[in-house]
Amino acid sequence: MYKSWWKILGAVLVVYSTIAGFLASVPALPILHQSIRNLYFHVPMWFSMIVLFSVSVYHSIKYLSNNNEEHDMKAVQSVNAGVLFGILGIITGAIWAKFTWGQAWSFDVKQNFAAIALLLYFAYLVLRNAIDEDQKRAKIAAIYNIFAFPMMVVLLFVLPRLSDSLHPGNGGNPGFNAYDLDSHMRMVFYPACLGWILIGYWIYTLLFRVSAIEKNKTV
Amino acid sequence: MKKLITTVLMLMVTLQLFAQDQTSAITDTLAGSEKIYVVVVCVAVILLGLIFFLFSIDRRLKKLEKKS
Repeated sequence: MYKSWWKILGAVLVVYSTIAGFLASVPALPILHQSIRNLYFHVPMWFSMIVLFSVSVYHSIKYLSNNNEEHDMKAVQSVNAGVLFGILGIITGAIWAKFTWGQAWSFDVKQNFAAIALLLYFAYLVLRNAIDEDQKRAKIAAIYNIFAFPMMVVLLFVLPRLSDSLHPGNGGNPGFNAYDLDSHMRMVFYPACLGWILIGYWIYTLLFRVSAIEKNKTV
Repeated sequence: MKKLITTVLMLMVTLQLFAQDQTSAITDTLAGSEKIYVVVVCVAVILLGLIFFLFSIDRRLKKLEKKS
């Protein structure tokens, strides 16, 4: 038996943040208006993606140190789950941008680099499928993954800050913490992030368990 | 199946042409009511993504069940 309290916690936090996200009070803002509530849905997607990619890097390093196949499988499945969240993040971002920046894709640096970061991980998944030999594939994929992670962090958090961007927190714009000084929003935002991270981790464990059974069946 | 998908994609291209004259009814509705419907659409997208994921897991489990 395994403990599943954190799954329940994740579910409760996500349900709470969705209900409170629609009903709790938000500061009156120009242009954004009520769409500021997207903060509780769009941003946690990216946080869960980053956590899942960190889990993946951890397992890649583990794989290189002890050559246990299980770590390789964990690394792949957490990237799979992370990519799901990344795609959701980029779609919700584009919808939000359509109604606040005027265009779904205005080739803003933040959008472009987020897309490139996702492409890095698509490349990881494609690279894996291109190699037939199991051990070689696992080793090359693990090394690629360790290089991809810092590049993703730089693309998402460093480069957009160096040039003009419409995205909050970049290019001299204030982050959203400038808006939620009344701390009403923090009460919903932080639980939303934690909840979605837990749900993301849950999705990753499900993927891993299915693939572990698949592996046993074929051998 | 491929033909069907291409047909739908082609139709979407023509929709884009209609949307060019000023703003479409959909974007007008979404931008109204203080933009709250933008949030609704985003939540719907997230739910659709998760349901899509459920279907993909379902497919993999079905394959496993057939094998055993």
